[in-house]
Amino acid sequence: MEKKKLVIGVIGADVHAVGNTILNRAFLDAGFDVTNLGVLVPQDEFIQAAVEVGADAIVVSSLYGQGEIDCTGMREKCDEAGLKGILLYAGGNLVVGKVPVEEIVRRYKAMGFDRAFGPGTDPQVTIDCLREDLGING
Amino acid sequence: MKAVLLIDFGSTMTKVTAVDVETEEILGTSQSYTTIETDIINGLNNAVALLKEKIGDVTFVEQYACSSAAGGLRMVAIGLVPELTAKAARQASLGAGAKVIKTYSYELTESDLAEIDEINPDICLLTGGTDGGNKENIVFNANMLARSTRNFPIIIAGNRNCADTCKEILKDKQTHVCENVMPRLDIPNVGPVQAKIREIFLEQIVKAKGLSNAEALVGDILMPTPSAMLTAMKLLAKGTKTEEGIGDLVGVDLGGATTDIYSMSFGLPTTGMCSLKGLREEYAKRTVEGDIGMRYSIHGIVDAAGIDRVSELSGLDEDRCRELVDYLSVHTDVVPGEDDELEKLDYALASLAIETAVTRHAGRLEQFYSPMGISYMQTGKDLTAVKVVIVTGGALIHTKRTGAIAAHAQFSPLDAMSLKPKEAEVLVDRKYILAAMGLLSTVYPDTALRIMKRELIKDGTRN
Repeated sequence: MEKKKLVIGVIGADVHAVGNTILNRAFLDAGFDVTNLGVLVPQDEFIQAAVEVGADAIVVSSLYGQGEIDCTGMREKCDEAGLKGILLYAGGNLVVGKVPVEEIVRRYKAMGFDRAFGPGTDPQVTIDCLREDLGING
Repeated sequence: MKAVLLIDFGSTMTKVTAVDVETEEILGTSQSYTTIETDIINGLNNAVALLKEKIGDVTFVEQYACSSAAGGLRMVAIGLVPELTAKAARQASLGAGAKVIKTYSYELTESDLAEIDEINPDICLLTGGTDGGNKENIVFNANMLARSTRNFPIIIAGNRNCADTCKEILKDKQTHVCENVMPRLDIPNVGPVQAKIREIFLEQIVKAKGLSNAEALVGDILMPTPSAMLTAMKLLAKGTKTEEGIGDLVGVDLGGATTDIYSMSFGLPTTGMCSLKGLREEYAKRTVEGDIGMRYSIHGIVDAAGIDRVSELSGLDEDRCRELVDYLSVHTDVVPGEDDELEKLDYALASLAIETAVTRHAGRLEQFYSPMGISYMQTGKDLTAVKVVIVTGGALIHTKRTGAIAAHAQFSPLDAMSLKPKEAEVLVDRKYILAAMGLLSTVYPDTALRIMKRELIKDGTRN
């Protein structure tokens, strides 16, 4: 079966590169075709990349707390760019302050993200979710 | 003596350069009007006759030519996302010496198709999608092109998984399948497309354009002129196995209608804490500013730079500048000569043309504040460390202020985020030999390199 294609990166003015490198490795090892945009990635760049590579999912990381601002309107932009229904994930330190994970998930789902993950999530959790959502067995 | 004749069929002038490859000397140069209406060989014969008046009746043992006559190599480029495959397709075409009439992205519309038919390009480059990436767009566009009423060659260089489908859809057209111009995101792969463009140029276009009725000459036309220029600069920068090059450089060709900028450099960041964004750059890059030129596109310079700056640099008042610009845009063959006013104006225009074109060609930095302090994001090439700027074109050669004009290709503290060369010396192509040396290098690379090293002279020195 053709590998499922992920576009990943750290959104906005965020330069945290370590988690991005770890995720890249983990997704590759899990058998995904990964296009890693690295750090400092604007919304537009995620979307352009997803259009051109024909991505199955966009996985957005944000570590510096400004993720909510950076991710606002991303789902609508995807729709506009012809990526209707593309799987959209976000993870990291997604909001400012100590906020329960359920609340974070609620806010990101309201923005049109399919899933959101709190700080310290094991990459395997995300991989399992991707497999489930993309219909990959084992 | 072993004399070789190098010919450049330009849109207006046919330029010839005679080289003795034994002594590695330029015997002479000359030019005459291009005669595309009758037979291009007439203009060539005139130019050679003039040349022989200067250097005597030399017998040429070999001859090679490049051409930008009959509109040059006219192309349209089609991609998916404007900043990605469409840009890669355009860049690949420019690097092959083409004149890119228009670049299209996303799905072609009915009016786009009508426009392409109207343009009737020499080659159409169809791309879109990384390998294994988007399929729908390129297939859609292939279906649109299948309905074209013209029969231009189409190069299919998009998502490799769609190449067969596109070929089948375009079975009534002349197609050439080629490696993807951007097989992975941000990593362009322009080599195969450029080789294909050159192949089509050699096999078909030279003939199709009626560049010559003389069969003998057809085989001698090796490449489009901009491609010869690029070949020469790449050789000069990189050198050969036996002869060292002069290192990274920027080339400026300031013409009447367009301004071509070349850079031979990977342009990697020279600033710390800097990340690269966007399409990876080719070592040898050419950009063409279609709105920037000394006569036909003179208004483009004023639009881009502002009449206030033309006035400031020329020392003429704004109204007088406007008047003269309007005059020159119609009287395109006027050169300043002894006219002091025109000299001042041309100085200002040439300076601003170069400043605009090189700024567009060079990369830019953006600043970010991060927990680790200020960090930078670079788009395009960092040319700050480039040590040589080569200039050519009438407005730069027939002036006493070449150096002052060329200085505008350099870094300016007023626009510190623009990554133009910081401390480059200016070399002048005073005898217009670059294209000829590009041609010569296909057979005698060492000779061409040594001649360029000698003949491209530092500004301020005269020989």
